[in-house]
Amino acid sequence: MNFELTEERQMLQDGLRRYLRENVTPEALNEATDSEAGHIPALWDGLTEMGVIGALFTEDDGGFGGAGFDLSVVFEEMGRAGAFEPLLETGVLAGGLIADIGSDAQKAVIEEIVGGKILSFAHTEPGARYDLEHVTTEAKKSDAGWTLSGRKSVVGHAGIAEAFVVSARTSGAAADEDGISLFLVPASADGVDIRDYAMNGGGRAGEVTLTDVSIPADAILGEEGQAYPALEKAAARATAALSSEAVGLMETIRALTVDYLQGRKQFGQPIGKFQALQHRMADVLIEIEQARSAAINLAGHLDAGRVERERHVSATKNLIGRAGRLVAEEAIQMHGGIGMTQEYALGHLAKRLTMIDHRFGDTDYHLERFIRLSAA
Amino acid sequence: MDLTYTDEQKAFRDEVRAFLDEKLPKRLSDKVAGGKHLVKEDYEEWHAILNEKGWLGVTWPEEFGGTGWDAVQRHIFEEETTRASAPRIVPFGVNMLGPVLMKFGSKEQQDHYLPRILSGDDWWCQGYSEPGAGSDLASVKTSAERDGDHYIVNGQKTWTTLGQYANKIFCLVRTSKEGKPQEGISFLLIDMDTPGVEVRPIVLIDGEAEVNEVWFENVKVPVENLVGEENKGWTYAKYLLTHERTNIAGVGFANAALQNLKRIAGLEKSGGKALIENPFFAAKMAQVEIDLMAMATTNLRTIAAAAAGNAPGAESSMLKIKGTVIRQEINALTRQAVGPFAMPFVSEALDEGANVEPVGPDYALPATQSYFNNRKLSIYGGSNEVQRQIISKAILEL
Ligand SMILES: Cc1cc2nc3c(=O)[nH]c(=O)nc-3n(C[C@H](O)[C@H](O)[C@H](O)COP(=O)(O)OP(=O)(O)OC[C@H]3O[C@@H](n4cnc5c(N)ncnc54)[C@H](O)[C@@H]3O)c2cc1C
Repeated sequence: MNFELTEERQMLQDGLRRYLRENVTPEALNEATDSEAGHIPALWDGLTEMGVIGALFTEDDGGFGGAGFDLSVVFEEMGRAGAFEPLLETGVLAGGLIADIGSDAQKAVIEEIVGGKILSFAHTEPGARYDLEHVTTEAKKSDAGWTLSGRKSVVGHAGIAEAFVVSARTSGAAADEDGISLFLVPASADGVDIRDYAMNGGGRAGEVTLTDVSIPADAILGEEGQAYPALEKAAARATAALSSEAVGLMETIRALTVDYLQGRKQFGQPIGKFQALQHRMADVLIEIEQARSAAINLAGHLDAGRVERERHVSATKNLIGRAGRLVAEEAIQMHGGIGMTQEYALGHLAKRLTMIDHRFGDTDYHLERFIRLSAA
Repeated sequence: MDLTYTDEQKAFRDEVRAFLDEKLPKRLSDKVAGGKHLVKEDYEEWHAILNEKGWLGVTWPEEFGGTGWDAVQRHIFEEETTRASAPRIVPFGVNMLGPVLMKFGSKEQQDHYLPRILSGDDWWCQGYSEPGAGSDLASVKTSAERDGDHYIVNGQKTWTTLGQYANKIFCLVRTSKEGKPQEGISFLLIDMDTPGVEVRPIVLIDGEAEVNEVWFENVKVPVENLVGEENKGWTYAKYLLTHERTNIAGVGFANAALQNLKRIAGLEKSGGKALIENPFFAAKMAQVEIDLMAMATTNLRTIAAAAAGNAPGAESSMLKIKGTVIRQEINALTRQAVGPFAMPFVSEALDEGANVEPVGPDYALPATQSYFNNRKLSIYGGSNEVQRQIISKAILEL
């Protein structure tokens, strides 16, 4: 039993924490959401130079990490800073899928990704909610290769992605696991239309409409119709990353709130002297520790067998959702009016934490799924 | 024990319904029901419609141009207007300052200000809180120093709701530093057009600027704008807070929000089934509905007692806590119900006439903003912690 980070990961954590602390401010984050880019390009360049993206890929794939605990280290720090760079979309989802099932020729793009090329993952559809197998976007064989048509929703950083990994149905019905295929589609392809918008909790996303988008035959990733297991695995890794991001967000929220309880005076004393608030802050701390353990559980089981891995996905995401809501709501409440403002750092962090429950399945979705998987 | 309305009360309810059917503009009820942004003109329009009928001064006695309704009638009115998605009555003039002037204001102040509240000539905002004086309101520092027949006001108020629309502000100001902090506070009416008053918006986490900072720099206020006696402002402020707490349970708002939630849960599908049929989600929705049903009766019990002449005391603290917790839970479930479409922030699409294509279903647009905005419910009007303090002292005598 050993819960220490390896030396390499410890160095990554220290370096990343320092870099983000020095380069991310609440003002810069607010500005970035309003900007066309929807993130901080200089920060992305910095992360690239530090090799942070490489940490998300295995050595075989051209990186120097790629394990669950590499994801935890990176995403916890991103959460701590409240940053919203296209790391999940590029490094874990699109990049992760290419690494998992792409051909050697297709994997060549990973080098570019590690060097800063931005990709995104166009999967969720308007009526899908969190059902991973719900895919209605159609891919038809054509003389040139494939023709894709359909609509994808809330695609992270869609406006700046150079290419998308798109899920589409090559056979079967809307909710079948069988018959889903993945394709690599350049954002510049004819028929790709993106309407992008700001997100609650920072950053931008977009609705991606594909109208008879023609792509070559070798744009398919992996075997035709057999992408579901890879999708599930990518979602598991993304959930691990988001869970660690949530833990990072919680840590910063906790620090801000404790500082505020110590500094804010009402009735002639720091409000942190009121037992009613002390006990609640203690409960918040307990739940953050639970969240951290849950995130560790998942990171440590990403390579386990399917059922065991997925049980951990659902257990962790359920707990993170519950803890996240408690931490965000309590922090706002204990701050009083200040906690309600856009300008103060807490607002952004609390929103970002809350929105994590809306990605890859919420608290209830995973509770139900956990029960189902446990019965299996 | 009888839980039903009397025939007279039913007749009154029908009268309110008929009025709303006829007079509530669809444009306004659509905006309220759709969670769209209301602007100054919307509130003014609705106030004017109510005033024409003589129904704006809901809590006012007839001698001041009010309805003279008892607590049950006021409750019925509230129930029906929220059900019909009418805009709320902006409380600062009508429900807060009005009653204070009726009880403590001079005849001149009553004659001058009360009609202007009803006519909409004045839009009041509430200048109580300061950066250093929130829960501990008695520590207000904004000073008013007597200089001949004027006060010179210096300091800062904050969290001033809709101060950007207001032409007047009622303030708690410090006129004495002697004795207990409560004993040096006065209640002052200030014209916001006076030189030295500056209003700066504060953007909240939902991206909207509904509150403001209000700064005072050597603002000259005529002494006749003092309400009641100098240094007695704390008494008036507390009286106002009891009125702020009428309808504190927000049963009507909760009911409307619950209906909206049920509608959404009927439309959203997960795993091929409507969310409303999902036992996990249905259980949470049922739980909050059960709580609301009981709270509605607690509220009626308080109202019946009030109608019998017993002024609500610490009971209103219970209603404040339970009411806000229920509304916040409904907001949280609504956010949950809209799924991934809780994430897009397309605020402009909530402005009337905005030419912006919404993202996702219409009902998803305001869900996250309402959820975050209504975190305020447990903070303002005496935070829920302060209310618990009141309950443990006043009812439990701990
Ligand atoms: C959206 C919004 C609109 C508002 N509109 C107005 C307005 O129009 N006019 C106006 O005057 N004010 C307004 N307010 C201000 C509101 O009344 C104050 O925010 C409220 O009184 C709390 O004060 P505070 O924000 O300074 O928090 P603080 O008093 O600093 O409280 C911080 C935290 O400490 C807790 N706390 C404080 N004292 C104790 C105690 N003794 N025991 C246990 N816990 C305690 C509080 O409950 C809170 O959780 C508004 C506030 C908001 C958020």
